[in-house]
Amino acid sequence: MAEVSRVAETSRSPALGHLRTYGQIAWLWIRAAWQYPLSFVLLAIGNGLITGLDFVGLWIMFAHLDDLAGFTLPEVALLYGAGSLALGIADTAIGSVERIGTYVRTGRLDQMMTKPVPLLVQVCADQFTLRRLGRITQATIVFGWACTYVEWTPLRALVAVSMVLSGAVIFFGLFVGFSCIQFWTTDATEFANAFTYGGATVTQYPLSIFTREVVVALTLVVPVAFANWYPVLFILGREDPFGMPSWLQFASPVAALVTLVLALLVWRTGVRHYTSTGS
Amino acid sequence: MLYVAIATRAFRRYSTYRAATIAGIFTNSVFGVIYSYAYLALWDENPTAGGYDATDAVTYVWLGQALLMTIALWGGGTTDDLAERIRTGDVAIDLYRPVGLVGWYLASDLGRAAYHFLTRGIGPTVIGLVVFDIRLPAGPAAAAGFAVSLVLAVVVSFTIRFLVASSAFWLLDQSGVKVMSGAFAIFFSGMMLPLVLFPGWLGTLANALPWASYIQVPADIWLGKHTGGDLLAALGFQVFWIVVLLGCCHAVLRAATRKVVVQGG
Repeated sequence: MAEVSRVAETSRSPALGHLRTYGQIAWLWIRAAWQYPLSFVLLAIGNGLITGLDFVGLWIMFAHLDDLAGFTLPEVALLYGAGSLALGIADTAIGSVERIGTYVRTGRLDQMMTKPVPLLVQVCADQFTLRRLGRITQATIVFGWACTYVEWTPLRALVAVSMVLSGAVIFFGLFVGFSCIQFWTTDATEFANAFTYGGATVTQYPLSIFTREVVVALTLVVPVAFANWYPVLFILGREDPFGMPSWLQFASPVAALVTLVLALLVWRTGVRHYTSTGS
Repeated sequence: MLYVAIATRAFRRYSTYRAATIAGIFTNSVFGVIYSYAYLALWDENPTAGGYDATDAVTYVWLGQALLMTIALWGGGTTDDLAERIRTGDVAIDLYRPVGLVGWYLASDLGRAAYHFLTRGIGPTVIGLVVFDIRLPAGPAAAAGFAVSLVLAVVVSFTIRFLVASSAFWLLDQSGVKVMSGAFAIFFSGMMLPLVLFPGWLGTLANALPWASYIQVPADIWLGKHTGGDLLAALGFQVFWIVVLLGCCHAVLRAATRKVVVQGG
């Protein structure tokens, strides 16, 4: 602990220091997990299998279809791959944030608060696991395959990179923000799943399967449309089926920033509202 | 009578988490809406895919959401308690009891399933009925068949979960096996996509595996796809897997008991 705090103090920028601390804690957990290599490999394979079968499901759908709501298999694969990749990156980074309810119950959160590292950094790095590499690998393969069907231009490539990074930040924000429900109730945590995993599931399909109202909600309320839908429309050079303004196709980084700031605000409110269970 | 008492207590135990139940119904319904739109898009493009029409497909979605917790698709249920007791060694006490381990946990899992059916089963079904106008059972025979099939589905799912939990006798920890088993269950039960859409040999395989009895068989009975002798054959398929898998449970338990004795408990 002493070493961790020293690093945090000596770093020139606090944000960089937090990142280093995060890296150090994460490295501890990686080394711990590697003590059981077989378990580690099995869980990684299992995770890859779950997401892999997900895509097999989409593929089977296309055995009965030429296109799904106007989108061909490679186009849907581009949407699916981008969404899944972003989710995988975010999922690896957020670590245990979904379990803060447990930390509240067991008093572990109190322990963390006494340490000279921001709470969010500790919670995210706690029980850091690389087993989610299964999802990232699978998503990268699907995304890479879909990319071979795209007519690339430098601007499209730039939008693609910004899409994956923004998407990861958006999912990170959603998971952190909705996990904060657990500061108020430890019983109804499944509400959060409707927005986090529900949002992730939505990104597997072209949003043209929904009605305009749903798409507006996925733009403004749970902004997963920015994680893949709008940028993919640009990359594929397609008209927006709902006639949404075309600047939205470049707005993903802004949406990501807004999501992140809101999530951090919710987190701060949650932590301030938190009272120890006293255990 | 003892088994009824065990089941009643399991029912009560699960019914203490009211807020969690409501949150769960909400989440099931959100997923129901998402999948309904996806299936409507599919059947809009191909109106007879898999021999279903669009209403069949949407009904199937909501039945899937309703059965998700009842059959404990992701694993868990009372067999998680068993896995934990194996890990801690408390199972040695369970093995001394004058009640069979399989029967004990099966009764308690049926109690759990009854609670989840009445809440997280009926909840999403009502919402699907109101929002998407899903189909009701095709007739009295279909309704009765569905009820029987649902109980059989829970038992099939229980036997597989029991086997997964029993892996802890050898591995100490069921989590790796549980993740794998859950992945197969989601894919081969028809939760991810109705098995009627699976092409060629994959369809034949999926419809022969025990997971088909989780969702595909009860849903097809509800939709009136199985009538008369066909209905009995569908129920017979579930019974067949129950007999086979219960046999496996007892065999595994015998092997495990020897192992526990060898280790001295």
